Amino acid sequence: MSDQNELKKTAFYDLHVEHGAKMVGFAGYSMPLHYEMGIKQEHLYCRDTVGLFDVSHMGQAELIAEDYETAAKALEKIVPGDVLKLKPERLRYSVLLNEKGGIEDDLMITHRIQEDGSHVVGLVVNAGRKTHDYAYISAYLPDDVDFKILDDRSLLALQGPDAEKIMAVWCGEAVGMPYMSEIETNFFDAPCRVSRCGYTGEDGFELSLSNDDASRVAKMLMSHPDVELIGLGARDSLRLEAGFCLYGHDIDTATSPIEADLSWIMNKRRRQEGGFLGDTVILDQVANGPSKRRVGLLPDGPAAPAREGAKLFNDQDQEIGVVTSGGFGPTIGGPVAMGYVTLPHDKLGTSIFVEVRGRKSLWRVTDLPFTPYRTYNAKKPTQH
Amino acid sequence: MTKTYYSPSHEYVSVEDGVATIGITTYAQSQLGDIVFVELPETGRGFKRGDEAAVVESVKAASEVYTPVTGETTEMNEELAANPGLANDDPEGQGWFFKQTIIQEDELTKLMDRAQYDAFVKENR
Repeated sequence: MSDQNELKKTAFYDLHVEHGAKMVGFAGYSMPLHYEMGIKQEHLYCRDTVGLFDVSHMGQAELIAEDYETAAKALEKIVPGDVLKLKPERLRYSVLLNEKGGIEDDLMITHRIQEDGSHVVGLVVNAGRKTHDYAYISAYLPDDVDFKILDDRSLLALQGPDAEKIMAVWCGEAVGMPYMSEIETNFFDAPCRVSRCGYTGEDGFELSLSNDDASRVAKMLMSHPDVELIGLGARDSLRLEAGFCLYGHDIDTATSPIEADLSWIMNKRRRQEGGFLGDTVILDQVANGPSKRRVGLLPDGPAAPAREGAKLFNDQDQEIGVVTSGGFGPTIGGPVAMGYVTLPHDKLGTSIFVEVRGRKSLWRVTDLPFTPYRTYNAKKPTQH
Repeated sequence: MTKTYYSPSHEYVSVEDGVATIGITTYAQSQLGDIVFVELPETGRGFKRGDEAAVVESVKAASEVYTPVTGETTEMNEELAANPGLANDDPEGQGWFFKQTIIQEDELTKLMDRAQYDAFVKENR
C-alpha cells in the first residue's frame, strides 16, 4: 500500500476522518475502507436503509463538439453501445474497447444537456483507469471533438431503498426520476447534477457537485438520522452480490464484453453495423459464442469463501477456469463468487469444483445477480 | 490454574493441565473485522511452533493462524466452525480455535504475558 502522504484527498477527506474511517490507499487516493460500523454492517445497512458513498476518485469528463451527434459518433468508434440514439438526459453503461476487442475500462455515458442548452456526452470512468482513459480517448477523438476533464467536481452516491426519501428533503426534483436518467438541479442551494443509478443493485442517486459545495452537501445529507457513510469494503461486497464487474478483476484488456456476459450493452444497430474497435473479434463471438464466459458461483453447502485467483475444475478434475471476484456476501449470508469458465461449463446449475487452500468444494453456476435488483423501474442491469 | 501467553502474530495460548487452547486475541479480531469463516485443524495433526494451523476469514480477507507451540491437536471448536462470529464476540473465551498438546514447555517462555502483549499492541498500533 502506498504512503498515505503521497495520496490525493477528496473534498470529503475530513468528513471520513471525523466519522472514524479506516483510510487506505486506493487508485492514488486516500479513501475510506470502512467506518466504525464495519464492512458487514455497512453492507446490510445500505441494503436495508440508505448509505452515502464518496466516489469522487472516479473520473468525470465530457466530450464536447458542435452538436451531440458529432461527439456521440466519435465515442462510438471506441465503445460498442448505442451512444448516438441515447435520449437527452439518459445514461448508459458501456465499455471502452481496444483493437483486440478487450476492455480498456467500463464507464457510464450520459447524453447531457448543459445549462446553456448545448448537448454533450458525459462520462464517468474508474479511478484507477482515469489517467489512462483520458489519454486513450483523446487519441481517438477527431479534431472537432474536445475532451474536457471535470476535475473541479466531486461525486457522491446515495444508495439504498430510502434514497429517494432522503433526496426529497433537499432536492424535490429527484423524486420520480426514471432509472438511468440525469437532471441539472439544485441540492438545497448547491447546483447539482443528479443521476439515478448506482453500483449496489439498490435504488439510488449519484450527485455530481462542485468541489466547493461538496463537503457542505455531504454534511446536509449526514444530518439526516437515517444516512450512514459506507466505505469501499461494503461498496465491493454490494457490487459483488449485484453481479457487477470490477475493472482489473472481472474485466480487463484481455477480456471481451461477450466473454464478460455483457453482450446486452450492444443493441441491434451496433451489432449489425459494427464500426468500433475490435468489432471483428466481438461480432465473431456474438455469432459463434466465446470460448469462456463470466458466471456467478454459489457453494453447494458450507464452504470457505473463494477469492480472486481460486482455480475452478469440472467433475473430471480438469481445470476449466478461475475466480475473478469472490468473498462473503453479507446479504446472502455466505460465500459468493464470479469467475470465468470455458464453455459449456457456463450453463446454469453446472457443478464446479472450487479449490481453496488445496481443498476442492462443490459449487454451482448461478444466475446473476445473487441479490435481486431493486432499482427504480429496473429493466436492465447497469453499473456505477 | 490457567496461564495465558501471547504471540507477536496475535494468537493466544491458554495452558491448563498441560493442554493448550489456542485462538486469536481481542486485538486481532478487532483488526480483522467481521469474521465469516474459520478453517480449523483436524484432531491428531502435528504442528511445529510457527506452523500455519488454521485460517480465519473476515469480510476483508483470509488470514493464517499460527500455532505458537509444538504439539498435536486434540480438539477443534466445532461451535466456532458453525458460528465464526464467536471469534469476534468472545475471542478469548467461547471463540477459541483448537486445543493441542505441548511437547516443548520451554517454548512458552518465548511468548509474552498479558502486560507485555498489551504494551506490544500499543507500540505497534
